[in-house]
Amino acid sequence: MLRRLATGLVVLWAAATAAYLALLAAPGTTVDAIVGEGADTPLIRAQIISEWHLDRPAVVQYLDYLWRAGQGDLGRSYLLQRPVSEVIGSQLRPTLTLAAVAGLLGVVLALILAITTRRPWARRVSSTAELVLVSTPSFLIGIVLLSIFSFRLGWFPVSGGQGVAALVLPAVTLALPVAALLTQVLRDGLDRALDEPFVVTARARGLGERAVLVRHAVRHALLPVITLTGWLFGVLLGGAVIIETVFGRPGLGQVTLQAVTSEDLPVVLAVVVFSAFVYVAINTLADLACLVIDPRLRRS
Amino acid sequence: MSELLISVRNLHVRFPHRRGAVHAVRGIDLDVHRGECLAIVGESGSGKSVTARTLAGLAGPGVQVRSDRFEIAGRPGPHDWPKLRGSFAGLVLQDALVSLDPLRTVGAEIGEVLRTHGIGNRRDRTARVHRLLETVHVPEPARRAGQYPHQLSGGLRQRALIASAIAAGPPLLIADEPTTALDVTVQAQILDLLAERRAAGETLLLISHDLAVVARLADRVLVMREGQIVEHGPTTELLTAPSHPYTRQLLDAVPSAAARRPRPARNPAGPVVVEARALHKRYGHHPVVTGIDLSVQRGEIVGVVGESGSGKTTVAQMLFGLTAPTSGSVSFEGTPWTGLSERRRRSQRRRMQFISQDPLSSFDPRWSVRRIVAEALPPHPGEPTVEDLLHRVGLTADVLDRLPRQLSGGQRQRVAIARALAPRPSLIICDEPVSALDVSVQAQVLDLLAGIRATDGTALLFISHDLAVVHHLADRVLVMRNGTVVESGLVDDVFLRPRHEYTQALVDAVPTVEVGYPPAMANRPATPIA
Repeated sequence: MLRRLATGLVVLWAAATAAYLALLAAPGTTVDAIVGEGADTPLIRAQIISEWHLDRPAVVQYLDYLWRAGQGDLGRSYLLQRPVSEVIGSQLRPTLTLAAVAGLLGVVLALILAITTRRPWARRVSSTAELVLVSTPSFLIGIVLLSIFSFRLGWFPVSGGQGVAALVLPAVTLALPVAALLTQVLRDGLDRALDEPFVVTARARGLGERAVLVRHAVRHALLPVITLTGWLFGVLLGGAVIIETVFGRPGLGQVTLQAVTSEDLPVVLAVVVFSAFVYVAINTLADLACLVIDPRLRRS
Repeated sequence: MSELLISVRNLHVRFPHRRGAVHAVRGIDLDVHRGECLAIVGESGSGKSVTARTLAGLAGPGVQVRSDRFEIAGRPGPHDWPKLRGSFAGLVLQDALVSLDPLRTVGAEIGEVLRTHGIGNRRDRTARVHRLLETVHVPEPARRAGQYPHQLSGGLRQRALIASAIAAGPPLLIADEPTTALDVTVQAQILDLLAERRAAGETLLLISHDLAVVARLADRVLVMREGQIVEHGPTTELLTAPSHPYTRQLLDAVPSAAARRPRPARNPAGPVVVEARALHKRYGHHPVVTGIDLSVQRGEIVGVVGESGSGKTTVAQMLFGLTAPTSGSVSFEGTPWTGLSERRRRSQRRRMQFISQDPLSSFDPRWSVRRIVAEALPPHPGEPTVEDLLHRVGLTADVLDRLPRQLSGGQRQRVAIARALAPRPSLIICDEPVSALDVSVQAQVLDLLAGIRATDGTALLFISHDLAVVHHLADRVLVMRNGTVVESGLVDDVFLRPRHEYTQALVDAVPTVEVGYPPAMANRPATPIA
């Protein structure tokens, strides 16, 4: 466990350093890069120099940057005239809600699909649908869902971030490709688990087919899925950028998009470091979940 | 006549397949009487396991089962299988490490049977599980019930599996190769336990490839081959006076000291091919091998026997140079071998070859037999061709273009031997080379190895858990336990007059075909010579 935490710290440090190097490599002086397209006055320049210690040696600047990042101080956006942590913090909730709901929906859908489509014909129909969903870009799914359920049927709002109704379509859009891929992984895992001798033993006890699936095979099939959650987070966050734009939702995606287009580097830097942090946290949690499920991984 | 538990006539089992169905069981008749122990013996592919599973209604999805009569406890089919499974017949499979769910505790697995069949209530189930574990002689049942299969030893796991099979009190226990994955001393204990279950009134249907295991327990034996019963009868009769040539062939193939051929006179002053001194290996703080001395001379076969975890495979790996010893040294053909860089070893690598238990994983699955063997041939003119080598190991040219998975187990091991012979090695290290083979094929491969030693003078280091095989083939033997050699010497001395108590225990634990037919170690004195 200590080793896992250490690896996580190294990943965080690498992400922070890579972001810092990108800042240094940006065209013009570092001050130019931080100002971006914001108001450029001598006062602001002086503020930037004192905040980033640009008048000190390079090593001190770098170490000071790491020190501040480690404490959660991600600097100040001179374009938005607010601390970066506040910018991210205010937009964090909608994105996290979207990602969590979509992730949960994806996993639940995948579980239901993988368990119910065991018959050959159902499996064929389901895997075709999965292939289509995995290979369709998510914005297209979003647009299709929007035109059917919002424009045609009027069941859900077209855009905005207010209320549960506004969450449904974006979450489904994000969840569908995730569910499709997870279904394939789960089904593969179930097939492999059902081939194992312990399943024969379980059946020999008189267990019904459903009980064999739910009590024995699913736990085995879940292990590769949990390992995928790290990847899942990347998809959800990357997807959120597009989905929030398509559905006009506030959130981190919008913030990132604006920061990148308006060259608001402090915000971009913060998003990179923050993403790395969530990534590390989720992977550590996934490792812990594997330990809970698979006793063979625990050290005796 | 006693009560019939199962009565089956003209049973057929077919596995439908895109390219023609596989007809695994072809019209067998079978009666299981209450209280008896019936054994089905056969080699792989004989249909014995399929028969056993069909009797528990577990032939599998899409499998066609057809019969003229299929009566269970006097009732004709169709049967309510989920209800019968566990309560009428308990099933014990080969290795409990994979036959028990590795993600659940042993107690949960046993408790599941009780819950499925509605035995006891939630509160007293724990106590019942502990009592079941006690019945199969698992010490500290309360602690063991909370453990996972991988935390138990092979013997305890198998006991737990048996406990789960008998949990719902079925009159019939079907055991499919229940001891095949176990060490010989543990095997003896599990056979004792099965005998005890029988004495307690349970009926036993035992499936095995091993006639010796069967001889110890069964009242009646059915011999199966290619889906049919070729012979059946009371055990003693069948083993002493087999009427079918196939049964006789099976009995003859059981490796034993008495059945082996006269050996070429050993040249005691033959040059030493490989020598190991004071080999030690530890992983972390865990010593695996502690102080092994060993030498193999030209034309000599040295056996290394031991149970799993005794360190015998680690010794082989150190000799072969796959693992570096923590201390100690190996010399090969008179020159140092340990401590050399792999680059300097490479020129000598061809002189030392390795044959593993499962050649399938040591072949590139996409290479043909021709390519596999040709790669090992030195590129000089005047060397034997691939065909010559295959001919030597008893294979014909029609396997040349096959892929490894298109070969039978015996053919694969022959190809592995042909590949090992190609570079004209002075030493072949064989790690359990016949453990995965059927007994008749095993005998052929052992003969082949003996023949290679006789004609080429190749030295063999033969690692095996099977005492009979080593006794059959080797000149000298080392008995390993917990990383040390407890006894070594000529095979007859060690196996017929064991001095160390562990060797004695090993020898005692080997099940033998004792009646009439050539016994494996019959002339062992009753008391060990200390």
